[in-house]
Amino acid sequence: MENRSPARSNSGRAFSWVPSAREKNRQVARAKIARKRIAIATASSFLVIGALLVGLVTSPGWEVVKKTFFDWNYGLEILDLVVKGLVTNVTLTIVASIVIGIIALGLALARTSKSAAMTPFRILSTVYVDVFRGVPLLLVILLVGFGVPALRLSGVTNSVIVLGTVAVIITYSAYVAEVIRSGILSIHPSQRAAARSLGLSQAQTMRHVVLPQAFKRVVPPLLNDLVALLKDTGLVSILGVTDAVRAAQIQGSRTFNYTPYVIAAILFLLITIPLTRYTDRVLQRSINKQNAQGSA
Amino acid sequence: MNVLEVSNLRKTFGDEVVLNDLNLVVPEHTATVLIGASGSGKSTLLRCINLLEQIDDGEIRIDGIEISDPHINEDTVRRKLGMVFQSFNLFPHMTVLENITLAPIRVHRVSKEEAIESAKTLLSRFDLLDKADQYPDRLSGGQQQRVAIIRSIANKPRLLLLDEVTSALDPVLVNEVLSIVRDLKADGMTMVLATHEMGFATQVADEVCFLKDGHILERGTAKEVLESPQLPETKDFLKRVHEAGRL
Ligand SMILES: Nc1ncnc2c1ncn2[C@@H]1O[C@H](COP(=O)(O)OP(=O)(O)O)[C@@H](O)[C@H]1O
Ligand SMILES: [Mg+2]
Repeated sequence: MENRSPARSNSGRAFSWVPSAREKNRQVARAKIARKRIAIATASSFLVIGALLVGLVTSPGWEVVKKTFFDWNYGLEILDLVVKGLVTNVTLTIVASIVIGIIALGLALARTSKSAAMTPFRILSTVYVDVFRGVPLLLVILLVGFGVPALRLSGVTNSVIVLGTVAVIITYSAYVAEVIRSGILSIHPSQRAAARSLGLSQAQTMRHVVLPQAFKRVVPPLLNDLVALLKDTGLVSILGVTDAVRAAQIQGSRTFNYTPYVIAAILFLLITIPLTRYTDRVLQRSINKQNAQGSA
Repeated sequence: MNVLEVSNLRKTFGDEVVLNDLNLVVPEHTATVLIGASGSGKSTLLRCINLLEQIDDGEIRIDGIEISDPHINEDTVRRKLGMVFQSFNLFPHMTVLENITLAPIRVHRVSKEEAIESAKTLLSRFDLLDKADQYPDRLSGGQQQRVAIIRSIANKPRLLLLDEVTSALDPVLVNEVLSIVRDLKADGMTMVLATHEMGFATQVADEVCFLKDGHILERGTAKEVLESPQLPETKDFLKRVHEAGRL
């Protein structure tokens, strides 16, 4: 228990060890099995993926499909327009995620609080989350984007990009609040008991003991939501915001060629795939850590 | 002077009466050991004293002040008490030093330097100074429990509540934890502890209380209760503990 790693308990001194004949045979056998597995995996992958590709390229419609969806010369021409649009999506995502984080934390705290003075906020945040988790984001974008300007309020912006962002923030705050709340609820009551018995107040217990642990647990689902948020910013194009989706649409409908959409899709993937890979790594790491703790 | 006075305490969970008409007095600088079968209400009693449970009747006083008064500020009461749990409950996201200094800094408004200073003094006294910057999951169970005890006495509590602090430990690690408790007793710390370690109870207890059916059935010095129990229930309990120990 004192020293988990047996290698280190030997204070750096390596055992001189010569593998036995039996172990040498085993190593040879293991290497042979491993080689065979790799050979099978490679061969079957080539076979299946190759067959799919050949089937695709030799199919009768392929030439037309290629021209309409994968016209790379045309794609290169309009690339900078779509990239410029994507910058809008990314900026919107960054700004929105900061605001969402703050609002969602407030909603989650209000909902989990037990103090009497917080009762109205507890009710309001519950209603808020229920409503905006249940309404399609597209509807909220339309309502805010077209509805607010229709009110002709003085001092309220009519900028579609601002209204679109607000709509995204409204909906995602509800999603993220639930993620944070589940993190808060997942912290074992004994941690609170320990903190309270040290004399920490409710708020101090939340701030120093519960939230830091809860956040660590919800990082993977929050990263998932970040990916979803980036993709969903594409929906504000419906208001006329020139994001990547809208830029591709403008170009595509001008030439009746769909390559700009494919370009936009690839650009989104360039960001989302590394992000999802990273999310998986973080998740795996936290699972490993929990397993290690469970066995200790 | 009595640090703790419990009178006519009643505590129920739904239909189950866990503590019924329980009386207990703990004078300053003494140790009271609670023994009793699993489920007899030892933890519940300690949790009631620490205001982690709401009582159903009776009265609890700390230094003469009634803490079962609904108007009392619970945080102020808990500041005077230390509690150590069977399952350590260290904060896993904080180092040993941060665990110990959290309450002194945040609750008792001690300066950070001062809190670290006295935490280190305690750690070195109990041979844990080299673990100061480690996270709890790198420590053995015995080390974790010693840190938990240090964390609770860093607040200089008037009364220390220890709930079966060795029950979750490997037998070989039990002694390092019990020796801290013996040291604290020698320092004059007032405490109430639930334990199944009868040998240890004999060493530290000024009074041993046998809990059964919601109240203290038999009480006296360790010698009286553990060596020559009067009631058949106490005898029976001790016999079973003895048998379990020999298994
Ligand atoms: N939070 C709770 N809710 C319902 N019943 C409880 C709760 N805590 C303890 N009990 C019950 O109270 C009784 C005493 O438990 P406990 O105080 O943990 O005993 P001990 O510590 O002596 O083993 C048990 O029967 C247990 O089931
Ligand atoms: Mg118990």
